[in-house]
Amino acid sequence: MTKVTMTVNGKAVSKEVRGNMLMTEFLRDELHLTGTHVGCDTSQCGACNIHVNGETVKGCTIFAAECDGAEVGTIEGQANADGSLNVIQQAFQDHHGLQCGFCTPGMVMSAATLLKENPKPTEAEIRHYLEGNICRCTGYHNIVKAIMAASGQDVSTIAAE
Amino acid sequence: MYSFDVVRPKSVADAVAALGEEEAQALGGGQTLIPSLKQRLAAPAVLVSLASIDEIKGVSSEGGTLKIGGGTTHGTVAREVASSYPALAAMAGNIGDPAVRNRGTIGGSLANNDPAACYPAAALASGATIVTSNREIAADDFFEGLFTTALEEGEIITAVQFPIPEKAAYIKFEQPASRFALVGVFVAKFADGVRVAVTGASEDGVFRWTEAEAALSGDFSAAALDGLSVPADGLMTDLHGSAAYRAHLIGVLTKRAVAQA
Ligand SMILES: Cc1cc2nc3c(=O)[nH]c(=O)nc-3n(C[C@H](O)[C@H](O)[C@H](O)COP(=O)(O)OP(=O)(O)OC[C@H]3O[C@@H](n4cnc5c(N)ncnc54)[C@H](O)[C@@H]3O)c2cc1C
Ligand code: FES
Ligand code: FES
Repeated sequence: MTKVTMTVNGKAVSKEVRGNMLMTEFLRDELHLTGTHVGCDTSQCGACNIHVNGETVKGCTIFAAECDGAEVGTIEGQANADGSLNVIQQAFQDHHGLQCGFCTPGMVMSAATLLKENPKPTEAEIRHYLEGNICRCTGYHNIVKAIMAASGQDVSTIAAE
Repeated sequence: MYSFDVVRPKSVADAVAALGEEEAQALGGGQTLIPSLKQRLAAPAVLVSLASIDEIKGVSSEGGTLKIGGGTTHGTVAREVASSYPALAAMAGNIGDPAVRNRGTIGGSLANNDPAACYPAAALASGATIVTSNREIAADDFFEGLFTTALEEGEIITAVQFPIPEKAAYIKFEQPASRFALVGVFVAKFADGVRVAVTGASEDGVFRWTEAEAALSGDFSAAALDGLSVPADGLMTDLHGSAAYRAHLIGVLTKRAVAQA
């Protein structure tokens, strides 16, 4: 066991962890932050995406011990301070960017770093950025549309409803 | 996963010492190693994370040669060599997805030598030099077959030196589920000749297509490759494609790479 200390959604946490404890386990089982989903547990689907020092990473493919000293962000920290949905979350709701919602936390976390790096992405850039986020329900069109809308761009040219 | 400890040394010297212990293994970005630990394909007693060693991270350039630290992520390479070596930046920027690129490292990719990985083709086509904790190894001597390299136990890739070609391009025919190369071809044209490296195709891992190199060194055009082909013997057959299909792709992708370079 090693002791790790990190900031999760702005709050400092300290815990003893096993070397082989993944961030997904640390967040879900130790901190009870179950918004970070485990879809595949094989680094393919992105449902577990979290932010570590401002970058999107797969929570199922990084150990808690590697995050000692890091700033970690999860879907639970995404809403506005007053508890209302942030721009990206609201756009997912407005544009029907989710159905079952299982992939959504990872999608929102990816979208957040995309828009930070590239505030006005093209449709093709959004699709390229989401290559590691798998959704089994929506067919992706409305997710792309939601992210376009969240970036303040016209979405009337994106076809699918 | 079996149980193990994770240690995070801050210098190459401390990492080499930690790797000298029984059953110790290096952990780069973990994007290959963690999935294989989950499958219990490895049982280290201690993982030596290289992610806190600043001296093996980042990109610098000196007289036509790029030096990329062994712990540099694919994402950093994609951003930082975009103007100095665009073909290498594009290759790094198309590995996996953003989350993989934010963790996965050049050292981890080369040390792993997956037969479908992109970096081995870039290193071999560029005539790169792999710098380790105790020596320098030419790319031509580094790749020794599937998942096998010249690295010795406990040896760490600390940097990779890439001579910058006059023209280059990497074309990957993606296996759509994994985004690895079903076949990938990296072509690099230098003042003294052309190098062509093929990944994703051979049962022995990355290799140089020397006939194409000879043809292209005389005439750097797609037409120079007309009539040349790689025999299907010794190429991989799996559910994604037969050896004959891969042989065909090598020809097509090499032409596309030359046209794009
Ligand atoms: C969804 C997904 C898609 C991917 N797509 C692609 C792709 O399109 N193309 C591609 O090329 N790769 C792809 N990869 C693999 C990715 O590039 C990995 O990052 C890379 O193969 C391994 O690098 P790593 O730093 O993560 O190494 P790790 O997984 O940490 O380690 C891999 C091996 O290298 C050793 N090692 C690590 N660093 C060093 C070092 N500095 N010196 C010596 N030994 C070291 C480790 O001990 C281990 O044996 C993909 C991976 C995933 C999960
Ligand atoms: S659960 Fe991590 S990528 Fe699918
Ligand atoms: S909404 Fe169901 S998986 Fe994406």
